[in-house]
Amino acid sequence: MSKPVIATTSLAGCFGCHMSILDIDERILQLIELVEFNKSPVDDIKTFTKPVDIGIIEGGCCNSENVEVLKSFRKNCKILISLGECAIMGGLPALRNGIPIEECLHEAYIGGPTVGLNKMGIMPNDDELPMLLDKVYPCHEIVKIDYFLPGCPPRADLIWDALVALITGDPMKLPYEVVKFD
Amino acid sequence: MKDTVKQIVEKYSKDKTRLMDILIETQEAFGFISSEAIEVMSVMLNMSKVDVEQTISFYHFFSTKPRGEYAIYLNDSAVAHMFGRQAVKEAFEKETGIRFGEVTPDGKIGLFNTACIGMNDQEPAAIINNKVFTRLTPYRVGEIIRCIRSGCKVDELINESYGDGKNQLPSLRAMVSSNIRRKGMILSDDYVYGTVTSEVLPKMSPEAVIAEIKHSHIRGRGGAGFPTGLKWEFCRRSKGEKHYVICNADEGEPGTFKDRVILTEKPELVFEGMAIAGYAIGGDEGILYLRYEYRYMKEYLEQVLDEMRNKNLLGKNIAGIEGFDFDIRIQFGAGAYVCGEESALLESLEGKRGEPRDKPPFPVEKGYLNQPTIINNVETFATAVRIVQNGGEWFTQFGTEDSTGTKILSISGDCMFPGVYEVNWGFNVNDMLNMVGAYDVQAVQVGGPSGTLIGPDEFNRTLGYSDLSTGGSMIVFGKQRNLLSDVVLNFMEFFIEESCGSCSTCRNMTQVMANKLKKILKGKGVVKDLEDLRSWSKVLQASRCGLGQTAGNPIISSLKNFRHLYEEFIQKEKDFDEGFDLVAAVQDSCKYVGRVPNFHHH
Ligand SMILES: Cc1cc2nc3c(=O)[nH]c(=O)nc-3n(C[C@H](O)[C@H](O)[C@H](O)COP(=O)(O)O)c2cc1C
Ligand code: SF4
Ligand code: SF4
Repeated sequence: MSKPVIATTSLAGCFGCHMSILDIDERILQLIELVEFNKSPVDDIKTFTKPVDIGIIEGGCCNSENVEVLKSFRKNCKILISLGECAIMGGLPALRNGIPIEECLHEAYIGGPTVGLNKMGIMPNDDELPMLLDKVYPCHEIVKIDYFLPGCPPRADLIWDALVALITGDPMKLPYEVVKFD
Repeated sequence: MKDTVKQIVEKYSKDKTRLMDILIETQEAFGFISSEAIEVMSVMLNMSKVDVEQTISFYHFFSTKPRGEYAIYLNDSAVAHMFGRQAVKEAFEKETGIRFGEVTPDGKIGLFNTACIGMNDQEPAAIINNKVFTRLTPYRVGEIIRCIRSGCKVDELINESYGDGKNQLPSLRAMVSSNIRRKGMILSDDYVYGTVTSEVLPKMSPEAVIAEIKHSHIRGRGGAGFPTGLKWEFCRRSKGEKHYVICNADEGEPGTFKDRVILTEKPELVFEGMAIAGYAIGGDEGILYLRYEYRYMKEYLEQVLDEMRNKNLLGKNIAGIEGFDFDIRIQFGAGAYVCGEESALLESLEGKRGEPRDKPPFPVEKGYLNQPTIINNVETFATAVRIVQNGGEWFTQFGTEDSTGTKILSISGDCMFPGVYEVNWGFNVNDMLNMVGAYDVQAVQVGGPSGTLIGPDEFNRTLGYSDLSTGGSMIVFGKQRNLLSDVVLNFMEFFIEESCGSCSTCRNMTQVMANKLKKILKGKGVVKDLEDLRSWSKVLQASRCGLGQTAGNPIISSLKNFRHLYEEFIQKEKDFDEGFDLVAAVQDSCKYVGRVPNFHHH
């Protein structure tokens, strides 16, 4: 049997969850034995080149590009995992959800204390830029998500165990210390 | 302004545990609580400004911005909507030229929504400067606003159209109706108040009082149903400098109004019950914690207390019993459903945010000001009087084996005779519906939003702790009602609004569930959504207090008993639908930055 293929991406996240993937330490060598990486910041492959078995998503969706990437993951991956608080619930970026988008943009580009250089009060509105969504959405409100791994970031051991369980088909061990909600 | 605030703080002896009273009087004096006022309080009470502010921000009736010379609070309960709230709301907006949540530019009138004000049998109702206006119509709204504009006082707005019973007394003069439709041992007029205190108590020891209460098997009438005798006994045994008796008159569960009626028609019975409890547990101080929505009763209830003091039914050596001292004061909430939860109520009584405490310790050990305290519902105290009068054995002949005595129900919704009914426990729902003149009934909400929604195939169930347990709220929904969008969603929004926010389960899962319900109602739901609702709701069990633990019930019980209503909206052919609309989601941001949405280029 060929090796299972994995893809990962970071949407509206801080890359902390990816750091946690790397945190499996020397087991990364074992992982490379077990799986093959496709589109992912880990190997810097930018586009899907073949069907993928497991897609791992860090971060929720704050703009139209996130939505597009997430949908392409859904299309190309058999299984999708929401990794971390941001993907599962929106996380820190979702703190803006209670504030009207106009106020957020004004604070970021015009009113905020650190925007001194933007003297002309320019709003980024180039057609090439992703469009901001009205709020930050958790991934499962955009596409179907199969599994959720909680934490900010989830412990490396949790990620490792989950991947091994998915690949081997064995039931997952969930010792108390491994599951964290923040 | 500063001087007035100083006087208020001094009136309460600069006691920070009386912050609620101080804030209420300040809010009433100025229509809001200014930063100047907060400054004065924080200096005089020796607390930080944020400590004052955090209490202010917790309660709906406090505001740091002016609420208008006439602050109008229109009830937002499901039943108000059923009886024409929308038209009344629009009339208010049309007549004043402002929207709800705003104050007119001249500062004269403010319009606000508020959760159930305990008038479900006379909706739509509103509170204007502490006076209740019932059965509003768009025509009446026009009259009221014109009258306000021409300078009428609130009392003049009522037009002398007072309600029934004691609502007509000069000290009450309320438009509210008591609507008592069936009397039992509590509402009956054959008891002369004071009889037990002056004739029975002198012959009984405190222990004997507790023994009778225990023997009666009465359980608390506030909803949770804890055995009252045990509670009093635990409290009597707890050591402390002082023991307190607290009457829970927060009555915040939408659809309940029987405590209002008991306090209007039989306040003496409640106060006498509190005094008896004081005698039993060895406490000399009682507090009636009354919801702010019932502020219109303040003067009346204080007169009743005075009268009872004059008759030596309160005060020192009551009824000639040496050392039996007991007095009662009234303290108000300021709009927060969770303050009906007994430990949140204690926090509120101590002048703080009404956030429930961790338990144990229970209030009987460490309650008000950390002293042993019993907290009971209005009806529980009233019932205790009749138990001590006639004995616990007598009491057990009413009701059923596990639910003794009578229960006062607040019945509202689609029926001919909404109002208050005192029935023996063991009554079944069909009998109840016949009694209130309800036909073509689609569903009954038993026990308010935190209770259960049942359909006709369960109308043969009986009211009692072992079957349909209820604090007394019964709302009837006719066939014409849209249960999911008009009732279930309204209840969920109520819990979202009223969660104190301490537990992430209660703060978040209510939102998540309501959002899913909205998605289903938009026709975007799939079967999996129903499964999710059911299984996700379980995390609410981990919440600290009953509010969170029951906050999923509107959805859970309607999903269980009215699954077909959900299924009508469900897309059968899909196993997933995100319900997400990209075009709508980017609209506002694109408009603000000045660009045309473009979905085709990435
Ligand atoms: C969110 C919440 C609201 C409550 N509201 C009330 C109320 O308004 N009145 C009441 O008597 N009990 C209310 N309770 C129940 C009280 O915590 C407490 O059980 C009751 O006052 C005890 O009195 P009882 O034993 O006489 O019923 C509420 C409980 C919760 C969790
Ligand atoms: S969950 Fe935490 S670690 Fe992961 S992307 Fe979000 S903020 Fe970063
Ligand atoms: S369950 Fe809800 S209302 Fe109760 S303490 Fe927790 S957050 Fe507050």
